[in-house]
Amino acid sequence: MSHDSHPHPHGDGSWIGRSVPRVEDDRLLRGNGRYVDDIALPAAVEAAFLRSPHAHARIDSVDVSAALAAPGVVAVWTGDDVADLPAMLNKEELRTPPGLAELLDPVVRMTPMPLLAADKVLYVGQPVAVVFAENRYLAEDALELVDVRYSPLAVLVDPERSLTPDAPLLHEELPDNTAVTVAARAGDPDTAFARAHAVVSERFEAHRYVASPIETRAISAQVDPYSGRLTVWSGTQTPHRLRDAIAHTLGLEPAAVHVIAADVGGGFGQKGILYVEELIVPHAARRIGRPVLWREDRNENLTASSHAREQIHRIELAADSEGLIIAVRDRITVNFGAYNMTGLVVPYNSLCHLLGPYRIPNVDIDVVGVLTNTTFATPYRGAGRPETVFAMERAMDRLAAELGIEPEELRARNLVGPDAMPYATGLVDRSGRPQTYDSGDYPELLRRAVAKADVQGVRARQRAGARDGKHVGIGFAMYIEATGLGPFETARIDIAPSGRVRLAIGAPSQGQGHRTSMAQIAADAIGVPFDVIDVVGGDTEATPFGVGTIASRALVNAGNATHRAGRLVREKIVEAAARRLGVDADGLGLSDGVVTSKEPGGPSIGLAELAGRAPLPGTPEPVDGRYGTEISETVHFRPPGFAVSAGAHAAVVEVDAHTGGIEILHYVVVHDAGNIVNPMIAEGQVTGGIAQGIGGALYEEMVYGPDGQPRTGTYMDYLVPTSSEIPDLDMDETFTPSPMNDLGVKGLGEGGAIAPQAVLAGAVEDALRPFGVVVRRGPLSPSRVRDLIRTADRT
Amino acid sequence: MTPSVPTPLAARTPPLAEPSAWHEISLTVNGRPVTAQVESRLLLSDFLRDRLGLTGTHVGCEHGVCGACTVLVDDEPVRTCLILAVQCRGTEIRTVEGLAPGDAPLTSVQQAFHECHGMQCGFCTPGFVMTTTALTEQSDRPDGEQVADALSGHLCRCTGYRNIRRAVCRALDERFGE
Repeated sequence: MSHDSHPHPHGDGSWIGRSVPRVEDDRLLRGNGRYVDDIALPAAVEAAFLRSPHAHARIDSVDVSAALAAPGVVAVWTGDDVADLPAMLNKEELRTPPGLAELLDPVVRMTPMPLLAADKVLYVGQPVAVVFAENRYLAEDALELVDVRYSPLAVLVDPERSLTPDAPLLHEELPDNTAVTVAARAGDPDTAFARAHAVVSERFEAHRYVASPIETRAISAQVDPYSGRLTVWSGTQTPHRLRDAIAHTLGLEPAAVHVIAADVGGGFGQKGILYVEELIVPHAARRIGRPVLWREDRNENLTASSHAREQIHRIELAADSEGLIIAVRDRITVNFGAYNMTGLVVPYNSLCHLLGPYRIPNVDIDVVGVLTNTTFATPYRGAGRPETVFAMERAMDRLAAELGIEPEELRARNLVGPDAMPYATGLVDRSGRPQTYDSGDYPELLRRAVAKADVQGVRARQRAGARDGKHVGIGFAMYIEATGLGPFETARIDIAPSGRVRLAIGAPSQGQGHRTSMAQIAADAIGVPFDVIDVVGGDTEATPFGVGTIASRALVNAGNATHRAGRLVREKIVEAAARRLGVDADGLGLSDGVVTSKEPGGPSIGLAELAGRAPLPGTPEPVDGRYGTEISETVHFRPPGFAVSAGAHAAVVEVDAHTGGIEILHYVVVHDAGNIVNPMIAEGQVTGGIAQGIGGALYEEMVYGPDGQPRTGTYMDYLVPTSSEIPDLDMDETFTPSPMNDLGVKGLGEGGAIAPQAVLAGAVEDALRPFGVVVRRGPLSPSRVRDLIRTADRT
Repeated sequence: MTPSVPTPLAARTPPLAEPSAWHEISLTVNGRPVTAQVESRLLLSDFLRDRLGLTGTHVGCEHGVCGACTVLVDDEPVRTCLILAVQCRGTEIRTVEGLAPGDAPLTSVQQAFHECHGMQCGFCTPGFVMTTTALTEQSDRPDGEQVADALSGHLCRCTGYRNIRRAVCRALDERFGE
């Protein structure tokens, strides 16, 4: 893919559309990053958490006396020590949008999480006590001296078992182990199934895996003795929500808490939710009277930070004799783990993305979110979409086999066409509005993917037969993604006295390059050079309101807020210049940071001259009665609806039937995210997402034993792909601008991660056709592939 | 940089761990001679980060898999989470901060990672940069297998590796010719 083939929506002179090299790189390349653990707070104490070794148990007693007496220990807390604070509840995430509540009446049951478990533990890894010591070595030494007595209880790991009437209850205040139920119907699915030419019914499982950012979670806090304010550094994707949660928990005004998400070493959704550690550490900084730091280790990240993906789909597709899908029915079970942390987010994303790019008039979907004695599960890059795309695309492949139609042909027949845009699916979206695909050309995405993938070549190799037990296969998968989730995002622009432009946005960066892409947008909107713009994100002082960088929303929301704020600032600059120069504003233009008369030889004035300065002795009274000109604008962009991205993936694999090993021979991705601000950054986001998807498809799995013990607690057994496992990608893209925003952009942070599991499963199943294999779950490890071959019905 | 973020101080961790087993070590870090009292169990990663304030060396897994904490010890890439500070007595250590100190221009390896967009969140980047630096310091150009081998010691969760491979190729081209 060439970097200069992208359209420039604002003309050739614009910054938008260019692969501007990232301004954040220089600092990070010199080792000058400021990740949480890099920020030295003098005389800080370090925290270490004691975590439950049981998946389900009563806590009979906790004795901390030996730990308290250990060298360097400053304090040891148990549940009793934080009993005065409210239990953690991710209120915003658990709120159902009014439109959705009225239309679908979903059930969302809250399960507040105690800051430290006092009576009962519900998963291995749940915090039971915390030690604060002079350093982490000493804190971890003292952890071993905390004496906790448990009475183990019956353990639930399997979500379907949790739903049975005799299953033990995780939360006694709930009637059963169900945390969420939601259902949606369209058309008349029962009649459609009754008159179908063909029906496929399958049970597919999305397996559990983990975001696994290379920087683990971390938080530090200190009280400023001068102002009394609490400053918190956290690797969070949602600093404003964290600020509000800390303030609520500690009984403070939000303005008394300053949250900074400086550099963050990857988030992928895992750092987008609230955790009890993030409430305990700020509380400790106040109570102990010294700065407090906690940094998670890798074992904690794998076992006690949020998990994702585990779902069971009992899906049925009904088709007519032409291969047109007339109905879908799906019963989706989502394993929430021990606590309901994000309510409808994942279940509803799975529900409303099931139809994907296909026209399916009759729909019957229900979803249940189930509690089990495993670590809580929350959104991870794609957030419910990879799971549902796995089920739908696998079902498409099974239907294609049933009907004797090539998988890509079956998909082509069922796609929503560009003429149908905007397309209403008949369902409602996550904000409660009629679900509408705003723009896109799905047939073109598939056409390009098919053209690149060389289906004929693969089929010819298959006809020639396997050599040395090596079978080739090809798979296709498509997805759509509702991006640009609201309710809003903030941008604030100030012109500094020097003429430099400061842009503050509510959405922090975890590597997405906001300092570069947002500056590109601001440079175009205002009419200033790119390099006079400083971007600040992830700081609750810089913008008092914000939502965060989750759900492929930052570019859409913060980007459009920046664009609007920039246009407003531009107007103010021109007006100020008109007053200063004593001319009409209509006669002035602004470019490259200089306001110039449109008349040849007319006056001009630069930003530095216009911007506000404090009066000095002898400064003459300005014409407009003000000293200088304070130029500033704040915009909260509220998207009117979702900007729907889409993509088609194709993969060619070679499967060694003897070893079960899989080699990806060719990976094709064609995606559409509307207008592209920085092609280099966009390409990086897509590539990174696909690598995480390939990891999930082939290697990564968080495994629990029946006793609820995690068996993949280190990188020795939880396998994250390295450079050797991730191929170069064959990329192409189309650009259908979104009519939902001025910039015409759509989100693309998650898209890459959505289709790989489905496309690789399809390719492996195709390769193993001679064995009659059906791939119903991942990851496709060598042992699982061998099991599939061994247990398949040979045709 | 956000102005309210304090700059690192030299020492965050008071040397209190394991008071019974102290060692005096002398070594060279980024060309500077360093003499320090260290406890036996102090990891090199914690020594560099907490005692010397060299926080560019990042700790990602603490069990030798992710490679983020890689520095050069006597010119060899070493995972600092798998080696004790006391073991480094008399060695010469180079960290990412030593490559282009202060305002010095970025090295060709650093520049290649920038130009090829071989980084996103930047957390694993210093480890990749140090390993690549070692590759460029060999007398002969490493072959494809050696490069693949070196890179397989590092995890990146953002980039999908493609641009990292490009960056490494560019750095090697620069050093050894295309």
